[in-house]
Amino acid sequence: MRMTLKIWRQSGPRDSGKLVTYPMDNVNPDMSVLECLDVLNEGLIEKGELPVTFEHDCREGICGSCGFMINGEAHGPMKATTVCQLTMRHFKEGSELVMEPWRARPFPIIKDLMVDRRAFDRIIASGGYISVGTGSAPDGNAIPVSKEISDRAMDAAACIGCGACVAACPNASAALFTGAKMSHLSILPQGAPERDIRALRMVSQMNAEGFGGCTNIGECTAACPKEIKLEVIATMNRDYTRGSWRERSSEITTITPFTEWSTGSKLQNDPISG
Amino acid sequence: MTLDSRVPEGPIEKKWDNARFNLKLVNPANKRKHSIIVVGSGLAGGSAAATLGELGYKVSCFCFQDSPRRAHSIAAQGGINAAKNYQNDGDSVFRLFYDTVKGGDFRAREANVYRLAQISVNIIDQCVAQGVPFAREYGGALTNRSFGGAQVSRTFYARGQTGQQLLLGAYQALERQIHAGSVTMYPRTEMLDLLVVDGRARGIVTRNLVTGEVSTHFADAVILGTGGYGNVYYLSTNAKGSNVTACWRAHKRGALFANPCFTQIHPTCIPVSGDYQSKLTLMSESLRNDGRIWVPKQKGDKRPPDQIPESDRDYYLERRYPSFGNLVPRDVASRNAKNVCDEGRGVGESGLGVYLDFGASINRLGRKTIEERYGNLFDMYQRITDEDPYKVPMRIFPAIHYTMGGLWVDYNLQSTIPGLFVIGEANFSDHGANRLGASALMQGLSDGYFVVPYTIGDYLATNKFPIVAESSSEVQQAVSCVHSSTKKLLSIKGKRTVDSFHRQLGKIVWDYCGMSRTAEGLSSAIDQIRELRNDFWKDVNVPGSGDDVNQSLEKAGRVADFFELAELMCVDALDRNESCGGHFREEYQTPEGEAQRNDEDFSYVAAWGYRGPGNQPDLVKEPLEFDYVHPSQRSYK
Repeated sequence: MRMTLKIWRQSGPRDSGKLVTYPMDNVNPDMSVLECLDVLNEGLIEKGELPVTFEHDCREGICGSCGFMINGEAHGPMKATTVCQLTMRHFKEGSELVMEPWRARPFPIIKDLMVDRRAFDRIIASGGYISVGTGSAPDGNAIPVSKEISDRAMDAAACIGCGACVAACPNASAALFTGAKMSHLSILPQGAPERDIRALRMVSQMNAEGFGGCTNIGECTAACPKEIKLEVIATMNRDYTRGSWRERSSEITTITPFTEWSTGSKLQNDPISG
Repeated sequence: MTLDSRVPEGPIEKKWDNARFNLKLVNPANKRKHSIIVVGSGLAGGSAAATLGELGYKVSCFCFQDSPRRAHSIAAQGGINAAKNYQNDGDSVFRLFYDTVKGGDFRAREANVYRLAQISVNIIDQCVAQGVPFAREYGGALTNRSFGGAQVSRTFYARGQTGQQLLLGAYQALERQIHAGSVTMYPRTEMLDLLVVDGRARGIVTRNLVTGEVSTHFADAVILGTGGYGNVYYLSTNAKGSNVTACWRAHKRGALFANPCFTQIHPTCIPVSGDYQSKLTLMSESLRNDGRIWVPKQKGDKRPPDQIPESDRDYYLERRYPSFGNLVPRDVASRNAKNVCDEGRGVGESGLGVYLDFGASINRLGRKTIEERYGNLFDMYQRITDEDPYKVPMRIFPAIHYTMGGLWVDYNLQSTIPGLFVIGEANFSDHGANRLGASALMQGLSDGYFVVPYTIGDYLATNKFPIVAESSSEVQQAVSCVHSSTKKLLSIKGKRTVDSFHRQLGKIVWDYCGMSRTAEGLSSAIDQIRELRNDFWKDVNVPGSGDDVNQSLEKAGRVADFFELAELMCVDALDRNESCGGHFREEYQTPEGEAQRNDEDFSYVAAWGYRGPGNQPDLVKEPLEFDYVHPSQRSYK
């Protein structure tokens, strides 16, 4: 197959970028979009040019590393599919694929198609867990969970944290991501004790990161490679409202967002008498 | 040099208790004064970092990915074993221990395996409490399935995404500690050397993958949870970034590397379709519970599968192994697939594939049940191959999947470098020559949550840790080593890309040190690897600079290490004149074509010491003793 790739090239966070056109003559319909970029990169290196930087790891659609816009759609046109599993047979002979990084202020561009998604980690760090120390758990079967609840929790827990929801949203909202984690944990009995405070903390962090508000457009769920349902946002809103009413006295602090990549403070060792 | 495995005294069921009582404790007030580096954030590294943070140690955790949640543990599909006996089908700690030792073809250390089986039950409890959405019965109890190589149902699972859910549990526990300030996380940071000062591991040298900055980090102890080395084969089911660099650089600093030739070929992967292929996709082994494996009886039968009548099909696993059938362990299933393909009975365009057929199960259980059990796997298969497995049998072929070998560790998971601990797939300890399905997640979490947090305390409590000066010769030497190898790679500017070398290296290792091996082939592979390695250092083209994101440079450093490891794998395979588990030497097989062990001469762990580039490594043997499970020929007939 013949295709034309138009790829966003940007050498660093502070540089301006531009779309560069690369004609491709020998695209095998069975290769994935990422394998197509591999082939392009091999050619670029052989010609003495710099290869396109893009994030990828497992290439089975589960690690959440990969993702960029293809012709304005997050992860391209195919439903429930990340770019690593999107094969070229889904594009027509001669078509033009415009590839751009996720565009959202909380996801600064690092290079070419690679962005910084640490904002997601900070949202989890703010409260996206059940506080249970290692060793203090009761027997697994001591907490019965109905199949229906367990299945619903699993549906929400399937999120891979790729960021497509943010990229697809006109407001760059992270409501689907945040709502998915909150739904996963708060509908399970194990997660119930921290339900209110978790909602307050995660929503506050989401706002502190600069993600936009949700206006129920639904682009996020349409773009989501794991088909996370819009209802997780309803759960988030309800938990947040409920939490705001019940936890009025709690002080909610947020983590200050940062974008630098310096190595930070190093470990010091305190000599102690052994 | 002799190896002290430090296996505690006492009967096997008391060893871990005895060890825990005898391990020295660190006073709670002193814990915050001890710093620990954890490299890797998967099930092993992530769970260790979180747990050590909870205990109050000052922890730094490093991963090369953009977030700890992306570690390759996330891709594990099938499940995690635990000896809960919830299904009342006769399981017990001893049975899980027995199955694992036998499944490993009697090349694992009994005491470690027993501890693993004991801890397995705690792991499930911990993960449930964290909110891992394991599959449930309607009544609310946890459900189980059976998994390759086991006759009891002891595997817990979360759809086909068990690894993802367990990793998210560990990741969330880790993020909680990061928020609490007890763990500092360094994403997009790759370990490039180990700092060994006065004979002990005291830190690491890293490269920041965004800025290119090379830095040193010091600590009282270092833990590696950096996974396996399956990517030495280029095409594997591992994530593209999975690499051996952290372990290999530690090996070059004195840590012995054990059983490098013990690699696992997974029987159920999607066959290769073209030269551009960058990785192989695994289909969970759980598919073998309901799928039947067959090939045509006649060589070269090119009819579509639905036109081949039952009488012309050979369900070769059911025929050869009537009691285990399609559920034989991975090494047996893989080798049999290779054999039928070698006979010319393979299916698909390349002839390198066998059918995995769900027709009978769909007729018996209905499409809905099959969809519930394997829906996401069927979708994935269809996305990649453009074939509908509900209608046409899947085509599968073996691919490299897991590596049982790794850095040698004692019972406390400490390597031969004091202060360097190695956990999860990165160590060699629990799976012998073949790993059973659903045991990797178990081992990663066992080491990380429940073993290393105790054993490291003993090391910290019994040693003194003088401050390491940045200016000390050991530190300066390691840092300049990292700088010079980066500079070297960038300066060659030859004609070939890193990937083209890696692909060629992988083909050599797959052809000669893959599913079956011969002395002749291995000797020739060693020569070929050396020659190609020389070419690599003369002709590789790494574009760009070392001062910003440079994915080619990252790959080049990892491939350079794979070259050295590949040679060691072949040396080890050549030295082990027997067949066991995943290591199948054609010269050593039973008349029926099964692996023939030689317990007399090879019942040991082969731990190799590094002696400089191009030099024959040192072999140190740890003899294995079997007091509880008597070595027998594995039979799955």
